[in-house]
Amino acid sequence: MSTVALRSLVKRYGNVNAVDDITLDVAEGQLVALLGPSGCGKTTTLRMIGGFVEASAGSILIGGTDVTRLPPARRNIGFGFQSYALFPHMSVAQNVAFGLEMRRLPRAEIAQRVNQALDRVRLRAMADRLPKHLSGGQQQRVSLARALVIEPSLLLLDEPLSNLDAQLRGEMKLEIRQIQKAMGITTIFVTHDQDEALSIADRIVVMRSGRIEQDGTPESVFAAPRSRFVAEFMGVTNLLPGTFEASGCFRLTNGAAIRISDQAGAPERESVLAIRPERIRIARAGATPGPDDLPAEIEAATYRGLTVEYRLRTGSGLHLTARQPTPATGGPTMLEPGACIHIGVPTDACLLIPA
Amino acid sequence: MSSTAIRRTYGAVSALVLAFILLPLVVIVWVSFFANRILAFPASGYTLDWYARALATDSFRDGFVTSVETALFATAASLLIGIPASLGLVRGRFPGRDAIQTLLLAPMVVPGIVGGAALFIAYIEVEARLDLQIAGTLGGLLVAHTLIALPWTIRLVTASLASADRAIEEAAASLGASPLTVLRRVTLPAIRPGIVAAALFSFVISFIDLEKSIFLVGPGRTTLQIALVNYLEWSLDGTVAAVAAVQILIVGAALLISDRYARLSQVF
Repeated sequence: MSTVALRSLVKRYGNVNAVDDITLDVAEGQLVALLGPSGCGKTTTLRMIGGFVEASAGSILIGGTDVTRLPPARRNIGFGFQSYALFPHMSVAQNVAFGLEMRRLPRAEIAQRVNQALDRVRLRAMADRLPKHLSGGQQQRVSLARALVIEPSLLLLDEPLSNLDAQLRGEMKLEIRQIQKAMGITTIFVTHDQDEALSIADRIVVMRSGRIEQDGTPESVFAAPRSRFVAEFMGVTNLLPGTFEASGCFRLTNGAAIRISDQAGAPERESVLAIRPERIRIARAGATPGPDDLPAEIEAATYRGLTVEYRLRTGSGLHLTARQPTPATGGPTMLEPGACIHIGVPTDACLLIPA
Repeated sequence: MSSTAIRRTYGAVSALVLAFILLPLVVIVWVSFFANRILAFPASGYTLDWYARALATDSFRDGFVTSVETALFATAASLLIGIPASLGLVRGRFPGRDAIQTLLLAPMVVPGIVGGAALFIAYIEVEARLDLQIAGTLGGLLVAHTLIALPWTIRLVTASLASADRAIEEAAASLGASPLTVLRRVTLPAIRPGIVAAALFSFVISFIDLEKSIFLVGPGRTTLQIALVNYLEWSLDGTVAAVAAVQILIVGAALLISDRYARLSQVF
């Protein structure tokens, strides 16, 4: 178990910086998610830490030791590959034993530790199978056992859940989290899925074009995205450019105004107003609207299982997306396109992001 | 046309083509059992005598031994050179890499007789300069057959290397394996089917070669194919058919086995 420190890490391909000056400190036992769209440099960063890609500049420290120039074999890192990368010609037990054999441990100790590792991922019964006879979820667990059995100082996971179906992904997510906590192992994992990052990481590092865009706890990144990019990535669909006025209103570029703060007197500034779709209140025709509510019309309704997504147009011509829990059976029906309603935007649902 | 009709037409055409290819082979095996003194239809009776005659003919026996020895040597040498070369071609990044891979297609488009003549001229040139006997020696023949087998070995091995998951090598490295251990414990076992196929295929390619060998064999040292051609100059009896039938059996078995390891159709 160790800390990890990246110091001004750079990876250049031609004249493109795939990773562009990343500095990051990971505390012992922390589970950090590198989150971003494909091409943001997250995988290259992970592969540099693993030693598979050479850093163009900067340094990587694991437990205070500079490993930047060490080959992967000497970094003592457990690496979980997206394709699992199990050795196809070796049984499950031989796969798990490989790292211990490389460490020249006595045969008896290897057998004992392999059994322990397989118990931890509940695959003891599969020890003699070949990887091709295992399901995707089982292969993933073997790859995890193989990476962890060497007691690495650091665990790196590259999109560990992307090849699993939805139900297995949920189970695996819990399993990875539980094993990681139980062993207290410092872990960095790469994902493009914000739900995955939010639900298992202690800390989320959002990357964009080779740089860190935002770094914080899942709660803070979700609730307070600091840029339009992060907001969009976190599922904020309503991003309205305009000006925050001293009155506490936000003046949109089309002239309409939304009250977003009870405090008046703040300085005016150009910004983007972010409103999470699930925080917009809908008052149906007949209900009494609040004093600041805006009249609006439903343009489209999309059923999404647990929620319904409405595309709205306000009286002032503003387009917004609102997400509501799906009405219970026997309750009010889904709103139809064309329905006239009022919407309320709670002031605490509004977030100002620098333009 | 309905899809069933299309499928039936395909099936019929395929069957015809297959019959066209197999017919000569079937016929030669069949006539090898004819009792006729000269190869001709119809059979005047059936016998195994031609097989006994073939076995008793020195030129065929010696030719067979030379061919097998040459093919074994060519196979071993082409694996020894071809596997490291394939690793370099697939894993390495160096100028001329693509050109080399294209050049390796040459044996498929250059007629064998042209290749043989070229080798012969090259040998003579080297002999003239080094005052060394090469053409007509066993060494010259072995080098030539290694050259015949090598492109095929490299094609089969590079194909299986290219389709192997690179991540398993990284996984082994991250678990503490040195580059040499990665090669020995992970890369080579993962491409073993390709290597087995390459070995069998190299053997066959060398064994059946006539056009190149004909320039390079020396007195008293002929391959089986050349022994066959020589024999055909003077006689046309069942012995030739018997020798051919045995070869069909050997080559067919080798190709069937190698196809089990690596789909040959993917290599061409």
